[in-house]
Amino acid sequence: MIEIKNLHASIGDKEILRGITLKVNKGETHAIMGPNGSGKSTLANVLAGREAFTVTQGEIQYEGQNLLLMPPEERAARGIFLAFQYPVEIPGVTNNYFLKTALNSIRRFKKETELDAMSFLKLIKEKAQLVEMDPAMLSRGVNEGFSGGEKKRNEILQMALLEPKLGLLDETDSGLDIDALQIVSKGVNALRNKERAFIVVTHYQRLLNYIQPDYVHVLANGRIVRSGGKELALELEQRGYGWIEEEAKAAV
Amino acid sequence: MSQGNAEIKEIAAQEYKWGFVSPIDSEVIPKGLSEDVIHLISAKKQEPDWMLEWRLKSYRAWKEMKEPTWANVHYPAIDYQNMVYYAGPKQKKEGLKSLDEVDPEIRKTFDKLGISLDEQKRLSGVAVDAIIDSVSVATTFQSQLKELGIIFCSISEAIREYPELIKKYLGSVVPPKDNFFAALNAAVFSDGSFCYIPKGVRCPMELSTYFRINAAETGQFERTLIIAEEGAYVSYLEGCTAPMRDINQLHAAVVELVALDNAQIKYSTVQNWYPGDKNGIGGIYNFVTKRGLCKGVNSKISWTQVETGSAITWKYPSCILKGDNSVGEFYSVALANNYQQADTGTKMIHVGKNTRSTIVSKGISAGHGQNTYRGLVKILQGATGARNYSQCDSLLMSDTSGAHTFPYLEVNEPTAQMEHEATTSKISDDQLFYCKQRGISAEDAVGMIVNGFCKQVFKELPMEFAVEAQKLLSISLEGSVG
Repeated sequence: MIEIKNLHASIGDKEILRGITLKVNKGETHAIMGPNGSGKSTLANVLAGREAFTVTQGEIQYEGQNLLLMPPEERAARGIFLAFQYPVEIPGVTNNYFLKTALNSIRRFKKETELDAMSFLKLIKEKAQLVEMDPAMLSRGVNEGFSGGEKKRNEILQMALLEPKLGLLDETDSGLDIDALQIVSKGVNALRNKERAFIVVTHYQRLLNYIQPDYVHVLANGRIVRSGGKELALELEQRGYGWIEEEAKAAV
Repeated sequence: MSQGNAEIKEIAAQEYKWGFVSPIDSEVIPKGLSEDVIHLISAKKQEPDWMLEWRLKSYRAWKEMKEPTWANVHYPAIDYQNMVYYAGPKQKKEGLKSLDEVDPEIRKTFDKLGISLDEQKRLSGVAVDAIIDSVSVATTFQSQLKELGIIFCSISEAIREYPELIKKYLGSVVPPKDNFFAALNAAVFSDGSFCYIPKGVRCPMELSTYFRINAAETGQFERTLIIAEEGAYVSYLEGCTAPMRDINQLHAAVVELVALDNAQIKYSTVQNWYPGDKNGIGGIYNFVTKRGLCKGVNSKISWTQVETGSAITWKYPSCILKGDNSVGEFYSVALANNYQQADTGTKMIHVGKNTRSTIVSKGISAGHGQNTYRGLVKILQGATGARNYSQCDSLLMSDTSGAHTFPYLEVNEPTAQMEHEATTSKISDDQLFYCKQRGISAEDAVGMIVNGFCKQVFKELPMEFAVEAQKLLSISLEGSVG
């Protein structure tokens, strides 16, 4: 589905990703772990097309096409969804209106008919149940005055609605209490199937108890320094990141 | 410059869509202002002598007055002798017997503007008074309204037909000597609407006036007067457009509202005069005095304005809250893009007991636009229990635009409660990226974010006009130079 080769990316003069190579097939869930500043959030954002980052080297093929040539809205329309670490507030624009605009923009891109208000409301109410969201939240401004947990749930709701092919979860567990974490994970797990792939960026192993990955990759200093199965996450939980960073340094 | 700014800039370069000139056969008097010109205007409108006298008195007062310079707007001196004070489409006949007699060119003009003069195509119950340059060319639904005792006609017609009401109320809220532009208007006012809602009547449809400037080098001096008798209710709307010309044109209007006991007037404006081009050439100078008098107890006047057009806007729709328990409201969205300058706000004068006022102002500055909110809340001694809530929010869409806020408070009553909130924000790159990541184009995202910013005001507009205003705002966001 997506193949990343020797990806280098910087923000300003600072190089953050220093040669990432990663292949994700449909149906797979990959966890990206690593210490703070290792570049894991950057990777998710570069895949989504955030303009603040400049790709200086390498390539990304997505469904056989050059992803780096696509503007962010086209990536979204072609099925890449980023659940933000810090969801943005858009005052005065209701969640409903925002989501309907998003859904219909993507449907338009796919040359599908747009949903009218009634069909949309019916659909969004179904999706809201999945993340146990009070329908009243749909009439509120996008993330306006939402708690941390509500914002993250709102991200998963959007993902459920837009039904992406590749879901990128950027530290979705940060700032969540255990109940919210369970609800959010349940929402994600309900979306897992053999067509859809996920890249789950997280600092802690905790999330991976709920969203069990097929593969775990550890990032340090802008490179993948170790890959393995889900047992790698448990090892990290016990031993921390220090030993991996040491090993990575030794290797250089 | 950030990516976001570049996109906001790009979104915009859209043209003013209402800038066409209609080939209407017009009668235009020579340029210049003098007592002779006032005699001529008055004669053309077949006015009684007392009206002519009123005009002449105003003119003499105006000659002694100085153009105000306190507003935060800058423009070359206006040459009041280099302007035409009366222009009107030549009607085929004197006095229309029915709307069918409206000149097809005029009908076409209004069709093009999306305003139907055809009562059969009645759109969501809106009666229209259509004004081109100095003359009202048609008023719809007059007879239906008359059955309820509602008078809705041009001010010229009202002066001829209802002299007692005009004598009683014209200039009672905005006296001719109120300010320089009000005095000029009183001397040369051309046309505008007159609405009278009798006691206890709730006007069943929106009354609206559409102002169109067509002739070149002509000033438009709108004069509107709305009276709501005891317990009456009316919702009134005005819209305006003008051709694209590289010479500035003056629109100096006076609007007076009077609400008696338990009466309510809701006045909405969607102002879309030609704003000038992206370099600031041309456009309308919009110098307007609008004031409402809450004369009776429990009366209420609401001003809602969406100001997207004009090169310069100088406008402070105000309320004098004289009746006890009366309520004044001001909801405003003002956009200043390219080289537009807007100095707008309100005055809330609390005279009666337990009077309340609400001010919500949303200013958007883009390109080199300069947007100023200027508002006065004055609580007079004896206005016990008066309350005011003011909120002024500014949205900056470029690094070269400006937002300025001048709130003035004069409180002479210790029991008054005042609240004031102000914010300034920008459309952030994060917001834009968030929208784009959800598949929404940058263009739609900017429109959505700006409309969200203005929501508090738009929800005060009648439904169909709110939709219009949203569209208008989206297409008025021209070239923000980041």
